[in-house]
Amino acid sequence: MGTWIMAGVTFREAARKKVLWMALAAGVAFLGLFATGLYFQVKDLKPHSNLILDRQGVGAMLMVGLYAVDLLAVIMTVLTSVDTLSGELASGTIQAVATKPISRWELLLGKWLGFVGMVTVYIALMVGGTTAVTYLLSLHSLGGVLPHHFLRGAGLIWLECILMLSLTFRMGASFSTLTNGVVALGLHGIAFIGGWIEQFAAFTNSPRALNVGITASLIMPSEAMWRRAAFEMQSPLLNALGFSPFSAASVPSNFMVLYACLYMALALALALRRFSQRDL
Amino acid sequence: MRSLTLEVPRGEVFGFLGPNGAGKTTSMRMLLGLAAPSDGRARVLGRPAGDVAIRRKIGFLPEHFSFYDWLTATELLRFHGRLYGMSPAHLRQRAPALLELVGLTDHADKHLRHFSKGMLQRIGLAQALLNDPELIFLDEPTSGLDPVGRRLVRDVIKAQRERGAAVFLNSHLLSEVEITCDRVAFIKHGEVLETRELRGAEAESMRVSIRARKLSAETITGLSLWASSLRLEGERLSFTVTGAEVLPEILRFLVGRGVDVFEVTPQRTSLEEMFLQIVGTDGGL
Repeated sequence: MGTWIMAGVTFREAARKKVLWMALAAGVAFLGLFATGLYFQVKDLKPHSNLILDRQGVGAMLMVGLYAVDLLAVIMTVLTSVDTLSGELASGTIQAVATKPISRWELLLGKWLGFVGMVTVYIALMVGGTTAVTYLLSLHSLGGVLPHHFLRGAGLIWLECILMLSLTFRMGASFSTLTNGVVALGLHGIAFIGGWIEQFAAFTNSPRALNVGITASLIMPSEAMWRRAAFEMQSPLLNALGFSPFSAASVPSNFMVLYACLYMALALALALRRFSQRDL
Repeated sequence: MRSLTLEVPRGEVFGFLGPNGAGKTTSMRMLLGLAAPSDGRARVLGRPAGDVAIRRKIGFLPEHFSFYDWLTATELLRFHGRLYGMSPAHLRQRAPALLELVGLTDHADKHLRHFSKGMLQRIGLAQALLNDPELIFLDEPTSGLDPVGRRLVRDVIKAQRERGAAVFLNSHLLSEVEITCDRVAFIKHGEVLETRELRGAEAESMRVSIRARKLSAETITGLSLWASSLRLEGERLSFTVTGAEVLPEILRFLVGRGVDVFEVTPQRTSLEEMFLQIVGTDGGL
């Protein structure tokens, strides 16, 4: 019960953060830009061109849009949650709650669930918005372009954000806001670079470079979830053509998805353990 | 903390006194389960300190109370009440009653971000009383409060004692402690130096010094009916009595025996003097 009370108040607290509203504003601005670009792309299609190829072109544009959404969502997740533990520890706000009949793990899990709720709403709005804009703008001339496996893709983007969230909770249980933010975004940076190394390595057929990329994904599997999401959402034709910036040459495996789930669960478990043991 | 040993019975207002950095807040944090002692153990209401279930019977006001500033005073009480497991129906009655108690009825729907430091302290006090606790921890409850607010805290503490609750009070305002506490512990460098009764027999007893002539040995022996630890040095006789109410009788007895009394000086040490005697003037730093 205490967990849900905490989740409710944390959701409201998170929903009030300026960072979230800035991220939403950035999202809306992005959607506007994306819609304008896509509008002209669709408008400038040659009247008797190949419908299948045109659809792939719009599909590739959709992937670029979703990639921007993915980045926004990751940054928003980290920036809103980065001070939730360290900030409340420093201000003493947490003391009034931690002395109530609620155990530490219930308190932390509640806060985590509150943020999960907020992140879920953000991703639903942004991924849904981008997809809806693409569908509506391409409906008339191309019959509407949709991601191939929308739910799988959205789920993987969600997993990536929840993984980052769990990591900031684990770091926040021990370190200051600034340290937490630097470590979380630094690790995502490693994952980001690793992902691109892996893609280029697959493209240029360099197994050793590929291993460097995979190692980076094992250190931090966040970006790998996006690449798997891209693979799931692109049409099989687009994947086969290599017509998108997200190459299907090296797709993170099911094992990597499972690894990311375990990574997330471990980060959360360690956060719960550390928070239960530390002095408040 | 080094050697902290103390016991607080139910229905007592217990004051914890000491210089800055003596370990008052740390002790309270350990009793509340916010910090773990490296050694030793503490029991609170018969359970190990920090026990989750027992917190249902505990109230706590932190030194600088703060909470999500977008909540209104009523919402804050409802949130904390729900954490105590109180029903919405119960809270609908309890929250306005507590707001009235702490003088915030007119600010019930105001957001905490518009609250002054003193108002935050008042709403903090209200949330510490939500569950009718058996044990209340107050960490510097009067900090940031004006005289009216301090009076309020005193009245609340008194009401809680009358209700049978134990109050554990951290304060450096000795005058407050003197008025409100039944017993105090003096602490320095994380160690309890001494505990003293401020109410009851031990607190009422005092040393009296008399300057008189024509004191016979027989008269002095007769005084032992009311006084103990008699000591005569020249014209000055000093002794301990159980309370000020016996002084007129003693005087009547002395005058009746033909003793010339020039001066009677009751010597009651103030809490401040006690503090300086026990803790020292170096402030423990």
